[in-house]
Amino acid sequence: MRIVFKTDYMQDIRPWKDGYQLGLYLLLLGLAVAAPWLIDTFYLGELTNVLIWALAGLGLMVLTGHTGQASLGHAAFLALGCYANIILIEAGVPFLAAFPLAGLITGVIGALIAVPALRLHGIYLAIFTLALSILVDDIIVLTEPWSGGVSGKFAPPINLLGLEIDRWGTPDAFYWLVLGVVVIVTLGYINLLRAPMGRSFIAVRDSEVSAQAMGVDVARTKTISFGLSCMVTGWAGALMGLYAGAFNNETFSVVISIELLMMIVIGGLGSIHGAFLGAIVIGFLPQFLSIAKEYAGALFGGSTVAIPGLEFGVFGMILIVFILFEPMGLYGRWLKIRTWFELFPFYRKDMFKRQKSYLKTERLR
Amino acid sequence: MSLLELDNVTIRFGGLTAVDGLSFSVDEGEVFAIVGPNGAGKSTVFNLISRFYDPDEGTIRFDGHDLLKVRPAGVAAYGVARTFQNIELFDHATVLQNLLVGRHRHRRTSLLSEILFTPSVRRQELESREKVEEIIDFLDLQPYREKMIAGLPYGVRKVVEVARALATEPKLLLLDEPASGLSVEETTDMRWWIDDIRRQMGITVLMVEHDMGLVSSVSDRVLAMADGARLALGTPEEVQSDPAVIEAYLGKAA
Ligand SMILES: Nc1ncnc2c1ncn2[C@@H]1O[C@H](COP(=O)(O)OP(=O)(O)OP(=O)(O)O)[C@@H](O)[C@H]1O
Ligand SMILES: [Mg+2]
Repeated sequence: MRIVFKTDYMQDIRPWKDGYQLGLYLLLLGLAVAAPWLIDTFYLGELTNVLIWALAGLGLMVLTGHTGQASLGHAAFLALGCYANIILIEAGVPFLAAFPLAGLITGVIGALIAVPALRLHGIYLAIFTLALSILVDDIIVLTEPWSGGVSGKFAPPINLLGLEIDRWGTPDAFYWLVLGVVVIVTLGYINLLRAPMGRSFIAVRDSEVSAQAMGVDVARTKTISFGLSCMVTGWAGALMGLYAGAFNNETFSVVISIELLMMIVIGGLGSIHGAFLGAIVIGFLPQFLSIAKEYAGALFGGSTVAIPGLEFGVFGMILIVFILFEPMGLYGRWLKIRTWFELFPFYRKDMFKRQKSYLKTERLR
Repeated sequence: MSLLELDNVTIRFGGLTAVDGLSFSVDEGEVFAIVGPNGAGKSTVFNLISRFYDPDEGTIRFDGHDLLKVRPAGVAAYGVARTFQNIELFDHATVLQNLLVGRHRHRRTSLLSEILFTPSVRRQELESREKVEEIIDFLDLQPYREKMIAGLPYGVRKVVEVARALATEPKLLLLDEPASGLSVEETTDMRWWIDDIRRQMGITVLMVEHDMGLVSSVSDRVLAMADGARLALGTPEEVQSDPAVIEAYLGKAA
């Protein structure tokens, strides 16, 4: 059993509870930085992919997990970030400026789209964003002179302060670049959540009427959230493009949008951890499945032909299991396990049980 | 001096006139109660003051300002805070976070400085925390500070809602049925708290309440309404003995 004694308000304002927790996160960061020496190139590539997905997950988490606005269209913003980044680089803008700009452009466009979109609620917002995701395919085809249309584009090696970085040529450097972006975004996210703006996101998510009564401008808050969400998603898209090396109108399909949303639900809505845990699941699921398939093939003597859509199907099944049995996602499960150990032997079964929610009648509309 | 003034306020929902030419004013420093049968339009009056609805007719003035010119999210900045009849808390946040949202109207920092968590943000957070702690002490919420709202008993939630409203440091506090669903002991606590809110904090209280015991023990003046209009206005005794009020509550037979 571990109890944290609090003697100072700063203990709650600091992002970590105590030295023990800080130590754990520093260790994790240390391991992440040292990864290129610890694992082989193949797995480093996979880890890079997981981090990029985690970044995209962080982007969507701001909007869906913390502000309560479901989006089925975030692949559109991945695409926007990806294309903006490459087009800027091709125009001769150095990567160090092109990359942040790609996110900013995506964020601004996202915020502009948010103004009409966020008047919609629930399922209507989901449909609207889904439409965006479908539309982006056509837009890429229509803007062929810049986007390369159906034949797509290739990501050139990038030059960061004189250092040539390329996903295949210098996987270590590319990994560190991605890690750096993820760490910076995560720190910004943590800061936001312990400051008034982050709390007003949560306020809007949980009760728009009372958020408004507390002086939170609901429409403005949603717009900011959408903008920030798209900015981070844009960065993830830019990195995805560099990682893939080549992309076209079909790279950022609706399926990616849906996968992204499923990922943060499985990871745990409303927590930064959830984005990472979800990304680990989505990143390593294909590996896991192919191993499982080989194993099954050896066991039953069947063929190991690829089953189309298997990954997505298994992923959907995992999602259903989570929604039914663990709505708080992997992170929620982890919290329970951790609390069990921390409180040992005093854990009660109903500790995380929610009180039934009371009828809410006063709605804005 | 009157802090809040409603003049001839009317609002219709389709064919239903929920508030019908209602006028009253609340003086600074008093506890003013609104009573009336279900559907009388009491909560609608609150929602009008909170600017959730625009009245069809009439004016609402607060502290010398025309409240109808204020946008809904701006009302808090003028010093009006409220609770809701059907508790509207941020369920998946802790008590502390809920109260800190109450500090939102005192926010001075920009989005960028918050993302960087600059020293000024840190200072503001410490200030907010100190204010919130005062309220936690005042309402005895210490055991629940870190608890999620979703797991709290009903009675505690009611108190947290009052606490969140107080965290905004309002001039006027609107309480929509603060004692509904509370046990006898909890109602007694609420009675003393309302008294202290007025006396110690100097906050004017406007409340809707069905519990006449609570109403007559804390309020200076009472407005009785039915079908959106005023029935009687005066001290609790005057209103309770008003024939129109008795009729509205007990029907024609009385
Ligand atoms: N947004 C709305 N749309 C339509 N009708 C409404 C709306 N809000 C309130 N009403 C109606 O206005 C009338 C007054 O409602 P209100 O909630 O103000 O009553 P109340 O006095 O608070 O009653 P109670 O004691 O039950 O809380 C009711 O008939 C209600 O149905
Ligand atoms: Mg009511």
